[in-house]
Amino acid sequence: MLAITIPYWGQSLLRVLGGIVAVLLPAGTIVYLFLFKMMSFMQSRLGPMEAGPYGSLQLVAEVGKWLQKEDIMPERADHRIFKMAPLIVLTSTFLLIAVVPFGPDAWFTNFDVGVFYMLAVSSVSVLGILIAGWASANKYSLLGGLRAAGQLIAYELPMVLAVIGVVIQAGTMNLQQIVFAQNAGEMFGWNGLGNPYILTQFVGFCVFMVAVQAELTQAPFDMPIAESELVSGYMTEYSGFRFLIFFIAEFATAGVFALVASVLFLGGWGVPFSWFGWKSIDGVANWMNVVGPIIMFSKMMLLVFLIMWVRFTYPRFREDQLQRFAWKVLIPVSLANIMVTAILKVVF
Amino acid sequence: MLAAQVLVAQNIAFGLIAAMMIVGAIRVVSSNNVVHAALWLVLVLAGAAAQYLLVYAEFVAVTQVLVYVGAVMVLFLFGVMLTRARIGKENDLNNNNWAVGIPVAVVLFAAMSLALITGYRADKLPGPSAAVKVDTRLISDSIFGPYLLPFWALSFVLLVAVIGAIVLARKD
Repeated sequence: MLAITIPYWGQSLLRVLGGIVAVLLPAGTIVYLFLFKMMSFMQSRLGPMEAGPYGSLQLVAEVGKWLQKEDIMPERADHRIFKMAPLIVLTSTFLLIAVVPFGPDAWFTNFDVGVFYMLAVSSVSVLGILIAGWASANKYSLLGGLRAAGQLIAYELPMVLAVIGVVIQAGTMNLQQIVFAQNAGEMFGWNGLGNPYILTQFVGFCVFMVAVQAELTQAPFDMPIAESELVSGYMTEYSGFRFLIFFIAEFATAGVFALVASVLFLGGWGVPFSWFGWKSIDGVANWMNVVGPIIMFSKMMLLVFLIMWVRFTYPRFREDQLQRFAWKVLIPVSLANIMVTAILKVVF
Repeated sequence: MLAAQVLVAQNIAFGLIAAMMIVGAIRVVSSNNVVHAALWLVLVLAGAAAQYLLVYAEFVAVTQVLVYVGAVMVLFLFGVMLTRARIGKENDLNNNNWAVGIPVAVVLFAAMSLALITGYRADKLPGPSAAVKVDTRLISDSIFGPYLLPFWALSFVLLVAVIGAIVLARKD
């Protein structure tokens, strides 16, 4: 389909480089636009203004600061595991991007069980957080780690269940095919907009976004790093570039989850295929490989905006409220969503 | 067998991962720290997932990661850290009867190898030319078709276990 043929090793290299860009570019943009500027705007202040025009180089300055800080480790800590923990968290983010498609040919792996894979590797980061809390040899860290593990396990379940509705409707777990199913679909015989699943799976979308908010431990679900009671939770003892890794992982994962949500519910990289008369995924024009990533990026920014908006607006849940919300509200709702979707799928 | 038919890359990868898993498994039982032992176990389980990937069993591999690495091991570590997880070495971790485990392990290994060898004597996995991926549809069709009854029985056992856990954990 591509006019030029690239050898297999070249494609692999390009895909790895593309994956790094697809993780780090959104992370940087999210931190500057939302964490620095939007948060400041909502709190009636300017935010960073010194480094670069409108403080746009602030992040570069911050990274420079973190990199040249002394590498401090508590003496009683388990040093090897202490060093390993942030890397496990970041690895989970990089593994996550591997299944996200950005265009008809612009994918990293075209994995048949993509949705399932996405849920599996996102749960690996819990391990990193848990051992970060333990290895710090600090009671606050350990408490934060345990809280994080309890919370992430509780909210992983509604996330899995919310996605099942989409899988039932699309009839596939391949993310590329889910994009195709949404853009080639039609609503009551009208195909002008395709059939983005946010309309039919709105309940699933809401549950998914709440679960993502909790998985990212963003406020109101930031019990694990509740700074007024736990200093900084499992990150308390981390400083310098090890903290930087946690920091990047937090915002990169926000970006990647938003990308996944836009694939599952907002139609991904595609535009409704009927606009250009495309019949199949192979019929999609080549220029979508360039436009697709841009569409994905804008959808991601929209969803991250939602996540950050909630983060800067609502106060923190109490631990018992947080658990009750997952087990008694989100899981029953998503189970009901699966039932209804399955029944409607059989009926129509 | 022709040289071209040998899957060189897969075989090398299998050997490396298998070696890693063996080292990990030995460290699980010889480690002097409970959390370290659990982390070595993670390595072994993740290695098993990688082996599944090498034989085109994507669904099983991902299930392995989701269930064992993402859930079972996290609960394991969670439990260990809630109760007793000191940093540094603990000397009372190894039981005095550890030598008894060796013959048991040998017998188990022999029994499992025998079952595998007699069960799949002539059957070989398809090579790269006939790369047949196990379709997830086929798995679900067989679970909800010929294996429906065992599936139900297993679900029932799990339900009983869940209810039992709740009954045990409740104080009132």
